Amino acid sequence: MTRRKLITTGLAGAAGVSGLAIAARLAARYGLVPPDSGGIYGVGETLTYGAQKLLMARHSLAREFDRSQITNFVPVDGHPPQNETYQRLRAGKFAEWRLKIDGLVARPALLSLAQLKSCPRRTQITHQACEEGWSFIAEWTGVPLSFLLNMAGVQARARYVVYFALDDSWDSIDMPEALHPQTLLAYERNGEELPPDYGAPLRMKVPRQLGYKNVKFLSRITVTDTLKNIRNGQGSISPDYGYSWYAGI
Amino acid sequence: MADSAFAAGFALRQRSPAAARHSALVRVTHWVNTLSFFGLVISGFAILLAHPRFYWGETGNVGTPSLFDLPLPFVLTGQTGWGRSLHFLAAWVCVLNGLLYVVSGFAARHFREGQAAYNSAQRLAYMVVVFGLSPVMVWTGLAMSPAVTSVFPVLATWLGGQQSARTIHFAGADALFLFLLVHVTEVFRAGFVRHVRSMITGRL
Repeated sequence: MTRRKLITTGLAGAAGVSGLAIAARLAARYGLVPPDSGGIYGVGETLTYGAQKLLMARHSLAREFDRSQITNFVPVDGHPPQNETYQRLRAGKFAEWRLKIDGLVARPALLSLAQLKSCPRRTQITHQACEEGWSFIAEWTGVPLSFLLNMAGVQARARYVVYFALDDSWDSIDMPEALHPQTLLAYERNGEELPPDYGAPLRMKVPRQLGYKNVKFLSRITVTDTLKNIRNGQGSISPDYGYSWYAGI
Repeated sequence: MADSAFAAGFALRQRSPAAARHSALVRVTHWVNTLSFFGLVISGFAILLAHPRFYWGETGNVGTPSLFDLPLPFVLTGQTGWGRSLHFLAAWVCVLNGLLYVVSGFAARHFREGQAAYNSAQRLAYMVVVFGLSPVMVWTGLAMSPAVTSVFPVLATWLGGQQSARTIHFAGADALFLFLLVHVTEVFRAGFVRHVRSMITGRL
């Protein structure tokens, strides 16, 4: 290798490394890095999340469908919790159930199902795909998460909305996804009260992501600026099972 | 007529038997592609074992009619997290590496002048893989993404739906795997050690 070539290669290498460092800084600054960005797979997760976030910067809407396209048969994936709390609430037709909203909000709230149903509602017919490969189309009615967040008054430094279920399931989405018009807290499915098998009394609908982000049996919503100090620190129960936090593909 | 010094060098190397048969860029992208392709095949097969059943249209599940059922068990249901992560990581490597290969290939006239050693069937298969099957795999892969189709719905609708995209993705993967088998068989027939060495060192 000639001296000139060595210098050129060295300069190109240094430019590449500092370019990558600057790109990483910028990506973190603009919220393009997912909470599970560590490890070798984290590189792919970050590229996918960052690229899709940039692509969806104009708040694109998930595809919506016609009523005639609703799937008749939908397998139950994740049965109702067997714990005593859920069984008791279910026996009481969820009259005693409350949705807790807390974290970085000006006005924490505790809302009943009746109160949620009195909020502005949205109905959408969307496609939901399981990461395994199967899918279905269903109609969902609920209150847009953005309405509740605005009501509670989200603080400026908030970055994620974390949601917890009556079983041990939990997940989170970033603020743009939380404020997206199609992100719903659904209490009706295909025009009927949400059945326990499909998430009663309330479930998340995030139609721009795969099925597993649509957590059922919700009980609490927390607004936060970091996911590091919540349970496994990776923003979701999914990493415990080997799945990624972001599920846009 | 080569229109740049780089292209001239490339063409010269192609014609002189004593010099490198493949440029360094072709050799590096070939092996990066090999690695990422194996990553895609292994992880793709793992994902397939979560649901080895195919549909046409927008939707499909165990309770709806299928287009075809593979004689494979549903053994990795709920266990394909690593498969998905590896698939997307390998896909990024494969796509970025492939773009580098195609762009530099055009700059060096690789697709026009670098094919002299191959017969027309080989050239056709090669072109179908690079400019046909590979873009189809990227398209159908992205058409399964609810985030991407929120921006470009036509990626799914032009194919008849998300499940159609999944089925075409599987068929394309089979075709690529078949190409790999033929490719490796040809290398064996032409002299495995000599050709692998040539693809590593650049010299026959």
